[in-house]
Amino acid sequence: MYRLKVTNRDNITKTRSFMTNVFSLGAGLVAIGILFAINKVNPFFAISEIFANSFGTMYGIKETITKAIPLILIGTGLTFAFRAKFWNIGAEGQMLMGAIFGSWTALTFGEFLPGFIIIPMMFIAGFIGGGIWGIIPAILKIKYSINEVISTLMLNYICAEFITMLIVGPWKGAERFGFPGTNDLPGSAVLNVIPGSRIHYVTLIITILFASILCVVVYKTKFGYEVRVVGENPDAGKYAGINFFRTTLMVMVISGGAAGLAGVGEIAGIHHYLGHPASISSGYGFTAIIVAWLAKLNPLYTIISGLFFAGILVGGDAIQISLGLPAATVQIVNGMLLVFLIMGDFFLKNRIRIQ
Amino acid sequence: MEDIIISVLQRTMIAGTPLLLATVGEIICERSGILNLGVEGVMSIGAVVAFIVTFLTGQPWLGVAAAIVAGMIISLVHAFASITLQANQVVSGLALTMLGLGLSGMLGKPYIGKPLAIKMNSFAVPFLADIPYLGKIFFDQSPFFFLAIILALVAWFFLERTQFGIKVRSTGENPTATETHGVNVSLIKYTCVLIGGGFSALAGAHLSISYSKSWIEGMTAGRGWIAIALTIFALWNPGKAIFASFLFGGIFVLQYLLQPLGISPNFLAMLPYATTLIVLLIISFKDPKKLNAPAKLGEPYKRGER
Repeated sequence: MYRLKVTNRDNITKTRSFMTNVFSLGAGLVAIGILFAINKVNPFFAISEIFANSFGTMYGIKETITKAIPLILIGTGLTFAFRAKFWNIGAEGQMLMGAIFGSWTALTFGEFLPGFIIIPMMFIAGFIGGGIWGIIPAILKIKYSINEVISTLMLNYICAEFITMLIVGPWKGAERFGFPGTNDLPGSAVLNVIPGSRIHYVTLIITILFASILCVVVYKTKFGYEVRVVGENPDAGKYAGINFFRTTLMVMVISGGAAGLAGVGEIAGIHHYLGHPASISSGYGFTAIIVAWLAKLNPLYTIISGLFFAGILVGGDAIQISLGLPAATVQIVNGMLLVFLIMGDFFLKNRIRIQ
Repeated sequence: MEDIIISVLQRTMIAGTPLLLATVGEIICERSGILNLGVEGVMSIGAVVAFIVTFLTGQPWLGVAAAIVAGMIISLVHAFASITLQANQVVSGLALTMLGLGLSGMLGKPYIGKPLAIKMNSFAVPFLADIPYLGKIFFDQSPFFFLAIILALVAWFFLERTQFGIKVRSTGENPTATETHGVNVSLIKYTCVLIGGGFSALAGAHLSISYSKSWIEGMTAGRGWIAIALTIFALWNPGKAIFASFLFGGIFVLQYLLQPLGISPNFLAMLPYATTLIVLLIISFKDPKKLNAPAKLGEPYKRGER
């Protein structure tokens, strides 16, 4: 009789880690293909269409980069929170709060100020908004030991209702002819795009800078070290005198703030007004969780994993229309890939032998 | 006035039913030490499967049975990842939610907006339903209501008063010691995750074939997440879950009750979520030792490790 023997793997090389991710994604795509086949859609055609539409054409690449901006920005922030084992599921709400703060700044001061003043103000306001919405669950967790998964999620729902309340009520714009939404942002508050695309490059630059800075912070600073200790070995951290409250607050300011920046980018770069929450974010805050996980919680790698999942969003949208698949397709693809990524981690951490 | 109060209380019971079912399921699961954040996804699967089967066969109870089976099957994903592969339970649960919401959207697409010809009729308990006031509120209800209360009491009895319950609880408290007593810890955990999945699916079935009699994407509307919070509020006790769930059912109903007063409907829609936070805040002032949380909740268990 054969038995499976599972032992810990001591040395995990970068190559092995990378190959495990590639194999996990491959296995996930096979599983998704089977689901397509059950739905009477040719799996090879559907999956190749996803990538052809996202990375195969110039238009697709531009759209992929556009959607990668919020995913990378939020995902980078989440790597920080997850490293500290703070399960921030509330990036969606933090992003929306950033959008609220950013739009308010633009609508209030935008008319009197030139772009180079108002645009930085909006991003700062968005960072503050997202940061505040991120700090609340941090305080609730450290001071009142309230599970952050629950609190961040509840804050998502609350923020979405709050935006709707604003745009059908006090913030409702006269230009919208009765439809919910604020007036258009003043021209100086609108971000320029690369001609012929929707890529708002200011946010793209912020995104890449943010990811690079966080990468340095995680690996090269005392604060980054403290964050890793809080997550990996809290008992040792307490002995070493790390201030858990302060570290967690900082982590959530960064994580929530990053999501807030993404919210401002979407409003100022794409929509140009504050509209219905579901139109501002098509679940970026949740997809970014997988982005962070695929990046193995390395802020810089989120650039690659963010582009990958942005491609799936763009390609998924395309095949929904061409193959008549439901809107939930992208969610299935995301969920399935996440399942396989977690399973892959097991084979990365353990060696399995048949005896 | 009397009619309004009776109708409000009646609707409170209906609104609390799916919360109770899902909460009891999560309590069973968490008592064995597994945190399952997939409730929302499994509930959604239960809702869509119950609807489709009832729609096609005209048999609501067949729909319920199918939903429970489907809920257990999809929960296997979380069980396998968190028990056999010792994966991070937070991430695995989130994956289950995404997968459940996605799959239910795909399965249910052809059925959006189609009304159910046959619905689950309410059931009046003989004699008891004739009691003035109380009869209408408690004894003339959807069968799911009675099912939820009975299942909650049965779950309480099993967890607190039987050999099996001791095994489940000690698995959640100290799996290593439990294993040395010859209990198959993995089997207990698998059983509890699957039972929990069945409960969540049952909650979903109530939503689609009894509560609203139709299927739309996102109809679970965060109830699965509230159930996870109610698990804490109920201090992991199925008996207290009855009280907690119907309190929250009342808050769902309060939304519609306060709307005519001119309060913004979006503000009222925040109520259940804000109350969840407030309730958790109140709980946190209790002595943590009395909270009764399973000691090894959410921690992967590895055989042969101390």
